[in-house]
Amino acid sequence: MKWMNYRWLYLLISGILIISGIFGIIRWGFKFGVDFTGGVVAEYKMPSGEARVLRFKNLSTDEAEKIRAEYKAQNATEVRFDYVGPAIGPELIKKTLTALIVSAVLILLWVAYQFKSIKYGISATIATIHDSFILLGSFAIFGHFFGAEVDFLFVTAMLTILSFSVHDTIVVFDRIRENLRRTTGLPFPQVVNDSILQTLVRSLNTSLTTILVLFTLLIFGGESIRWFVVALLVGIISGTYSSIFNAAPLLVLWEELSAKRRSKK
Amino acid sequence: MKRIWLISFIILITAVSTIIALPQGINLKIGDFSFNKKFDLKLGLDLAGGSQLIFDADMTKVPEDKREVAIQGVRDVIERRVNLFGVSEPTVQTSTFEGKNRVIVELPGIKDTQEATKLIGKTAQLVFAEIVEIPGPEGATPSSTLVPTNLTGADLESSEVVYDSQTGKPSISIQFTKEGGEKFAEITGRNILKALPIVLDGEIISAPTVQEKITGGSAQISGSFTLDEAKQLSIQLNAGALPVSINLVSEKTVGASLGADSISDSITAGVIGISMVALFMFLAYGRLGLVADVGLFVFAVISLALYKLIPITLTLPGIAGFMLSVGMAVDSNILIFERFKEEKLKRSVSDALEVSFGRAWDSIRDANIATLVTAFILANPLDWKFLNVSGPVRGFALTLALGIAISLFTGLFVSRNLLRVLIRDRKDKQL
Repeated sequence: MKWMNYRWLYLLISGILIISGIFGIIRWGFKFGVDFTGGVVAEYKMPSGEARVLRFKNLSTDEAEKIRAEYKAQNATEVRFDYVGPAIGPELIKKTLTALIVSAVLILLWVAYQFKSIKYGISATIATIHDSFILLGSFAIFGHFFGAEVDFLFVTAMLTILSFSVHDTIVVFDRIRENLRRTTGLPFPQVVNDSILQTLVRSLNTSLTTILVLFTLLIFGGESIRWFVVALLVGIISGTYSSIFNAAPLLVLWEELSAKRRSKK
Repeated sequence: MKRIWLISFIILITAVSTIIALPQGINLKIGDFSFNKKFDLKLGLDLAGGSQLIFDADMTKVPEDKREVAIQGVRDVIERRVNLFGVSEPTVQTSTFEGKNRVIVELPGIKDTQEATKLIGKTAQLVFAEIVEIPGPEGATPSSTLVPTNLTGADLESSEVVYDSQTGKPSISIQFTKEGGEKFAEITGRNILKALPIVLDGEIISAPTVQEKITGGSAQISGSFTLDEAKQLSIQLNAGALPVSINLVSEKTVGASLGADSISDSITAGVIGISMVALFMFLAYGRLGLVADVGLFVFAVISLALYKLIPITLTLPGIAGFMLSVGMAVDSNILIFERFKEEKLKRSVSDALEVSFGRAWDSIRDANIATLVTAFILANPLDWKFLNVSGPVRGFALTLALGIAISLFTGLFVSRNLLRVLIRDRKDKQL
């Protein structure tokens, strides 16, 4: 099979997915959680056994405490009470962006250093950016249709996916490097093609075990981490896809373009 | 011979970890010698129940150069107030971001959060008090009582640790405002050779004896302080002196019942998840898969034992981090087994095994370092100000990073040695 012959198709599929994600983001935006918007999310169990969930946006400390006092007066049990002041959200966004950028740059440098070529670093980073966009887009869509919120845990999931995606990509790249060393004369797309086939079962099996673990977490792990697990699932599936169908084809394209430039000279 | 030692080592580590991981702990009794130690998992707020409070320390009224001192004072005051609640292991951290000063307080198992936020949010009250004797009834010994004076924290400018010019010992110098200096002169004037207790939040932090009337707006407290004691007192005086108001900006409270539900959910998910992975490995790789499963078991008990020993505060995202690292632990095995399938077509089974481990190691190392980089950023162990500190994300990153380290041990060392034994015994048979 000549997988690399269809490289434009893979990039097209990714493009379509990312564009529909961006459409979702523009059309509906994100449903930001209380961590970003500020406000109160509280859950009370009333003496009658009835559970009540409260959500307020943009509340001052005094207003938040008033609500709490009200429920306390009714002898309700506090199951959880989250109050976030208006100043916290913007700070969190800044710190998150910093963390994302710092991680991405460090990973790019590490891959570039390890494979002694910037093209490996950049291809791997583009694949992880691809996964971030897929994750962001899917949460705009999940948010609109199922009420999934973008909160603190989502941010954690996003950073984890960054490393997971690179994990997969590195395994593929590693094989390419090894095959390049051992075989001479084979065209580069052929080497990439072979490397992908050789690591394919591993990539699928590893993703499958991780997906198994995440599915049990999704079913049995409780309400509060449900969307966190969904975010990880989306990221892992996208990460497996992007390592095989983005990072490797990008390497081939890069090689072709620089070969063309060389022949022009 | 060497192999026997390695295998014994693996068995020993597994046995010790299992004992630590089990809930009843160690109970040893050999003759007169007995040893009892129970290891407990440290649970985070989201599992044990409790509150995380973030306060903003408003420094606008504090001069720029005193802010560092002021935040220390605030922290000290909050720490002492927090200790009044009697919760086990409260933590108080400070963090600065873009000129904003934050104090993060974690109170595990706190019952009345509302009361706690009110008490912590109060501005520190510092006052100098006089000891006044109350003449008792005829014949009885007179009792004495503390009477607050009109000299308060607002009259203090600042305080710092200095070395006494005569004795060279650490002492504390106090600078009063102009008005405060006048009040202080008057109070010292009428309390010569008497103690003048300094009260912070209703607690006496020092009771120096007045030697003479002190004019000129500055004073020095000398005595046999250690440097740490002097620093502590100076911090407390500053806490009372600097006008820092503390406002609640964020609160996360988890009730005990929700925490308990989360724990039981997580245990169910953990057991089922690991069993599914074990089954998958057996179905995909047969006997090799069983070796990986042994490695997975060792991985799980070592992880649990280390969580208890270090200790790692386990949070809900932390459990997710552990589950993810299960995936990574299995990944090293999958990488090796897939490689082994290829290599054994080219060479003898035992050679193929060694080659597979060698080749797979490159991928495992490179890939895991990339994950460690992200875990490092998330955990932020150096408390970099531009990143987050504390909170559940750190718990997640810690378990993930620890999981990677343990998975390297179980995936490479444990599986490898078990496989060597297995393969030597079945040298001629097809694996």
